[in-house]
Order: sequence, then structure tokens, then C-alpha cells
Amino acid sequence: MIELKDLTKRFAQHTAVDALSFSVQPGEVLGFLGPNGAGKSTTMKMLTGFLAPTSGTASIFGCDIQTQRLQAQRQIGYLPEGAPCYGDMTVRGFLEFIAEVRGFRGADKRARVASASAKVELEHVLGQTIETLSKGFKRRVGLAQAILHDPRVLILDEPTDGLDPNQKHQVRELIKGLAHDKIVIISTHILEEVSAVCTRAVIIASGRLVADGTPFELECRSRYHQAVTLVSDGPLDEIALSALPGVASIEANESQHSITVLAKPGQVIFPQINALITQQAWAVKALDVERGRLDEVFRTLTRGEAL
Amino acid sequence: MSQLPVIFKRELGSYFATPLAYVFILIFLVLSGVFTFYLGGFYERGQADLTPFFSFHTWLYLFLIPAIAMRLWAEERKSGSIELLMTLPITRFEAVTGKFLAAWVFAGIALLLTFPMVITVNYLGEPDNGAIIAGYFGSWLLAGAFLAIGSCMSALAKNQVIAFILAVCVCFLFIVSGLPMVLDAFGWAPQWLVDAVASLSFLIRFDSLSKGVIDLRDLLYFVTLIVAWLAATAVVVDLKKAA
Repeated sequence: MIELKDLTKRFAQHTAVDALSFSVQPGEVLGFLGPNGAGKSTTMKMLTGFLAPTSGTASIFGCDIQTQRLQAQRQIGYLPEGAPCYGDMTVRGFLEFIAEVRGFRGADKRARVASASAKVELEHVLGQTIETLSKGFKRRVGLAQAILHDPRVLILDEPTDGLDPNQKHQVRELIKGLAHDKIVIISTHILEEVSAVCTRAVIIASGRLVADGTPFELECRSRYHQAVTLVSDGPLDEIALSALPGVASIEANESQHSITVLAKPGQVIFPQINALITQQAWAVKALDVERGRLDEVFRTLTRGEAL
Repeated sequence: MSQLPVIFKRELGSYFATPLAYVFILIFLVLSGVFTFYLGGFYERGQADLTPFFSFHTWLYLFLIPAIAMRLWAEERKSGSIELLMTLPITRFEAVTGKFLAAWVFAGIALLLTFPMVITVNYLGEPDNGAIIAGYFGSWLLAGAFLAIGSCMSALAKNQVIAFILAVCVCFLFIVSGLPMVLDAFGWAPQWLVDAVASLSFLIRFDSLSKGVIDLRDLLYFVTLIVAWLAATAVVVDLKKAA
């Protein structure tokens, strides 16, 4: 497991990461969220031993990242932001270099390179120099080097940034497939990714932890949790709707005759609304219950407004 | 220690991955030939030794060695691959030394390719081959000292051109510190200080080595210089890697 204890990083003027503490258990896929400059990458750089914390510390399966840096790094597969590689090497040469640094030799090394490149579908470009590859392939090379030694901890900094939708889907499937017994930490500012792959989301803003929970729990914190959206042909009786028990307020949407009825926290309003529609015989074309909007929760939290 | 050969192998391979290495070797061979035969007056001297060959190495290295060293760290920082390298389970010592040794061996290969010079001088006369071997060894040590300085400058600058210029400047200081024009400027200083400055010079140290005189103090001088600059490189890499 990974444990962060008051992890802090100060650069000359500002505090990038401010007393961050949480722990991650095996099997969890942790989505690490925050606006640009919130300290996501800095935290990951400290976890992987690239940067030394100003104060506080973290441990990877009991290995302190400062005093037992090498032992900690052996257990981590890391994809830095932008997936930097040695551009003048071939994919095979690069992966073999990584395998050797990770202590694999001979047949063992070749097997590792083959299985890692098969997992990310790199077999056909093994002989090409990395700088001639497209962005998607470069990212896959970065992923292959991260998973090559079958690490217990996988730290991926914006693994899908700049990829096309197909490639994003592929990377997410890969992450899901790897996640069973590992700890996976993904930093991202793409919220759909969190709902798609993560079992837990941690939101930080200005280096501080502002939320920690499952994507579902975070969605529940949204004003739109359990809200019902109605679309009809004619005008709807908003007064009757707002008089229903559990209704907090009503918002008109941009398209005509479309409104969203917000529920009070912890209340379910769909049955009442459904009953009202039947009773009034409204011609409702679409009826939709929302789970909550992560992007709205994200905005509220990272702007420092209390929910 | 176990990962040092892996780093070394990759670095050395990366020199030969681009045509740059071959261009460099070619320039080195042509220039050392030109210097020896024209400026050094190899034939006119009528002596079977390689003094005119070695005596220009200091000046040749001043520009060629920083060109090998400039990419060592600057390139890693520019491309961001330093983050990859430094999060692999390797020590700072392995990274710094592995890279340095690769560059040093590369310089050694370029130096060994001047072997026709040895054949020529053996064909023309009966040189002291022991002195020639000592000269080669001294020249390689000199290249190592230049490289260690260049490696540190490369860690300081993100831009390879700046790394190159910085390295040339610092190396130049180490060369000229033995020249009369610098030592005369220290006329006001006590004799021990003048001696100290003069003793830092590559020129004086290398001069005796190139003539085949292996003095333990000269060896110690070059080895200490290399170790000190590599230690400085490790510190600078740690300080600058995130910038």
C-alpha cells in the first residue's frame, strides 16, 4: 500500500503540495484530480522519487521514498507527463534498456519486452526509432516501459492526454485489465476518465486535499444528484412541480420546454414527478434521472466554495 | 553498481545512433593530422616521436570535447527523459558515472583511431614506444578531465549550445592558468598563490605526460579533477532536474 504523510513541497515562492495525507490499498484505481497547477504532477514526482519532499514523507509498501528510494522505485512503474523517451532509440532497444535496468537479462529480458509490447500492441513498430512514431504510439511505448516489470504500483501522469478517442478507450481498457492486484494512480483533468476507470477519486486544489471518495460519492455531492430532466412538447406546470415533496428548485434548460428539477440533498424525487406526469397527462418526450455532475462538483470544490 | 554497465551501454550506443559521432571522429582525425604535420612540423623536426601530435591535443580538446559532453544532461532535461531516468531504480552515482564513462570511452575510440600516426613514426624511425603509450594515456586522461567539466556544465544548462560555451570557457580557464600572461597578472600575489594557480593548468600537467613522463602527482591531479567535477555534476543534477 501507499501512504502519504503530510507530504509537502515548496518551491522558491509558492507551496505546490501542502501537507497531503492519504493512503491507497492494492486493487484501487485512484483518480488524482485537480486543475492545472494544483500539484498533481509534483505529488507524483515525489512518490516516484524524482523530487525530494520539503517536509513529510510517503512510503510504497513500507519503503520510505527518501531513505529507501531504490527499493521504493523497484516497485513502481511510472509514466511521466508527456511520456518522455529516448527518441533516437528503437522501441525494442529502449524497452530492452528498461528491462536491463530493472534487472532482467537474456531470455527473461526478451520475454518481458515481448509481453509488455504485446499488451499495448507495439509488436509492429518494435524496429522503428521512437521519434518517428505518432503521439499515440509514443504514449504506448511509455506505458510499455511502465508495466514491463509487472510492478505492484503503477503511477500514470495524464496517460490519455492528447490521444484520440479510440486510443483513450484502449488505454483505459488496459488500465482496467491491469488493476486487479495492483495500486494504480492516474492523474487527469478529464472527468469522464474518472467515472470510466477509477474506483476512487481524490481531488486536490492548490496542493490541498479537498475531496476523497468513490466517483459515486462525489457525484452525490452534486446539486444535480437525483435531479430529473423533463422534455415535453408543450409548456410544463412549474408551480405544480416545485410543490412536490423533496424538490429543491427548478432550472430551465437551453432547449425549449426542457426543465431540470433539482432534488433536496438525500431525497429521491423521481416517483413523485412520474406520478404527477401521469395525473396531469403531460406529453413528456424524455425523462431522465441524473447521477450527478462530476464536473460541477469539481468546479465547486476546486474554486474553494463549500458545498 | 550493478546498473552502471547498462547506463554505459545505452549512452555509448546513443553516440553512434546519429551520424554526429562519425562526423566528430572525422573532424578529430583530420584536425589532429593537420596540426601534427603542418603546425607541428612533424617532418621538419626530423625526430621520431609524437610530441608535435600530442602538444596540440589540449587546444583540440578545448573545442571538441565540450561538443561530446554538451548533450550528456542538457538533452535529458530538454526532452524530459531525465524524469524517466531518475525514477528508475539507479543511484545518482550510476547515472553520472555511466554517462561520463560512455563519453570517455567514445573519446578513447576517437583517440585510438589516430593509430596510423604511430605506424608512421615507427616506419620512419625508431621511436620510444613506451613514451608514445604514456602520451596516449595522458591524452586520454586529459580528455577525461575536459569531459568531467563538460558533464557538469551540461547539467547546469538546459540548452546544449549554452552547455558547450560554458564548458569551453571553464576548460579555457584551466588551460590558460599556466600561461605567463595569466601568471604575470598575479604579480602582486604571494608566490604560493602563483604556484597554486599554475599547478591547476592542464598545459603543464599534460606537457610532461605527453613526453612520456608519468608522474604520480600528475595522475593524481587528473583523477582528482575528474572525481571532483563528477561529484559536482551529481549535485547540480539533483538541484536542477526539476527546473
